[in-house]
Amino acid sequence: MSARKSERLVNLLITLLVARGYVPKDRLRQVIPDYRDAATEESFEKMFERDKDDLRALGVPIEVGGFDPLFEDEQGYRIVRSAFELPEIDLEADEAAVIGLAARVWQQAGLASATTDALRKLRAAGVEVDRSALDVAQPQLANDEPAFEAFWQAVSARRPVSFSYRSTRAATPAVRRLEPWGVVSYRSRWYAVGHDLDRGEQRLFRLSRVVGDVELTGPPGSFTVPEGTDIRALTGLLAPETPERTAVVRVREARAVALRHRAAQQTHGVEPGWDRLEVGFARTETLVDELVSYGPDVVVESPADLRDGVVARLRGTLSGAAGAA
Amino acid sequence: MSAPSSARDQVNRLLALVPYLQGRGAVRVDEAARDFGVSPRTIRRDINVLLFCGLPGLGMGDLIDIDFEAFEGEDVIRLSNADYLTRPLRLDTTEAAALVVGLRALLEGSGAPEREVVERTLRKVEEAAGEAAGIANQVELLPEDAAEHALRERLGTAVAQRRQVRLSHRSAVRDEVTSRVVDPIAVTGSGGHTYLDAWCQLVEDRRLFRLDRIADAEILDTAVTEHAELPPLDLAQGIFRPAPDALLATLRLTSSARWVSEYFPVESAVEEADGGLTVELRVGDPSWLVRLMLRLGGSATLVSPASLAEEISATAEQALARYL
Repeated sequence: MSARKSERLVNLLITLLVARGYVPKDRLRQVIPDYRDAATEESFEKMFERDKDDLRALGVPIEVGGFDPLFEDEQGYRIVRSAFELPEIDLEADEAAVIGLAARVWQQAGLASATTDALRKLRAAGVEVDRSALDVAQPQLANDEPAFEAFWQAVSARRPVSFSYRSTRAATPAVRRLEPWGVVSYRSRWYAVGHDLDRGEQRLFRLSRVVGDVELTGPPGSFTVPEGTDIRALTGLLAPETPERTAVVRVREARAVALRHRAAQQTHGVEPGWDRLEVGFARTETLVDELVSYGPDVVVESPADLRDGVVARLRGTLSGAAGAA
Repeated sequence: MSAPSSARDQVNRLLALVPYLQGRGAVRVDEAARDFGVSPRTIRRDINVLLFCGLPGLGMGDLIDIDFEAFEGEDVIRLSNADYLTRPLRLDTTEAAALVVGLRALLEGSGAPEREVVERTLRKVEEAAGEAAGIANQVELLPEDAAEHALRERLGTAVAQRRQVRLSHRSAVRDEVTSRVVDPIAVTGSGGHTYLDAWCQLVEDRRLFRLDRIADAEILDTAVTEHAELPPLDLAQGIFRPAPDALLATLRLTSSARWVSEYFPVESAVEEADGGLTVELRVGDPSWLVRLMLRLGGSATLVSPASLAEEISATAEQALARYL
């Protein structure tokens, strides 16, 4: 039956495309064989509605209109050629090769097939897409996040979503509701950024932490992204923070190599076997994580909160060990 | 991207097939199949649908004309009488955005000479896609660090030219800088970091070097040894691959230390009533575990091995003594 349906859809499309004005529904019923053969007005209507939806889902712009003052009931349909056709696109051979490469960036099944469809259209427009090698690195966007396509769809249709999200701190995932404004790729991971409906503020979610299916909870166009929203700026917390404070630490000779690498100042031999470093930092806890892992090779001189943080962490290790013993 | 009906798929293909065939005159079925990424059988089925399509009325002169003898006899398609379908349908939003984002990813990964052609292509595609490309603006690809990018390109060159590299590498586990000559095998990514997969002449074993821990890399004139022939690693399961006979440690994690079980492959994990976890993990180098435990502070304890737990306490005491 699907061949017959394809045939009907193509004939409907051609009829609307070649007509000079709006085509009334009863005219369509006369010229499309399946519509003509429909047993009742109701079954025709149903079939026609579904066909229109199918064509629109493919991106075919079917317009409704044509209220002729002389024929009040004559509502009709048309497809405007300029909105239907792919505009002229004239690609040089090297540009066509780039298109071939771009199509291979996607590993996600749905987007890979969308690029295949796009390539077909370009071929049909006369572009000879060349897949021969071009001296360009072949990046591949991360593909291990099953939730990606659902978020992509939600972002493009402006539909709110609901999903289970596993945070690092809790044993069980919690349900989160989000108006997704955009998706972001950073360091081979995908993130969704948007308005968190429960927290009432902007939040960022790592898609690999989404558990199970993503539910679309509203119709298309349910929300608008506030004007002037800069998706990239919202992801600021992904990029390293600007160091605003300076830590002064004493470091044993030749130790703490990663810390030395970042140090703004190094003074060698402040006492035998010890150097002094000045290191910029943004978040105290993050620097405590690093400094404490060097054990007795690093001693914090200032600031006081950093020093206290390291001392508290070391005491924690000792009391934890005592508790376990 | 919802599961489309097969009729919808077919119509989408037909709307590209008609202008494609008209623009090319005579096309072999297998050639069209290759260009469309489908089987020749699918193309034949598509043609059999088009035989019944055409202008309203669908009379003799209205139907799309397909040279039936050439089609049946020679498997060649000649399609005409469809001058109202000489252009394909516009790109829809998903197609346009997938292509535009793909091109941007290519742009991020391109060196200066190639950037120009990618930029040029991107401009033309964006223009042809029109509004449909708009959602691509909702997709951001944050670039990697410039220094790391340059290093990645340099190491990529070494892999391609099959030349040895002298690395100066900061080991996070051993907290030392070492210089070594390696046979590069591949540059690869996992878990948000890029690594050089290489045979290390210093330890005479294969190693992964994280790019942001490489202080310096010098491409040598010497060719790689046969060790570079090893197939590149599949990092899909992560980069921590301790030997199966490596030390087995048991950690009791409180809820705030649960992330450990996500970052490192654990052999077992048991939920505890307080929201914590007890995990077992393989440890390649004990000094790595000492550093991890110090970092975790009181939010985790090492249940076994006891000897290592003692070493951790001793290290913490020594460190604390410097503040007293």
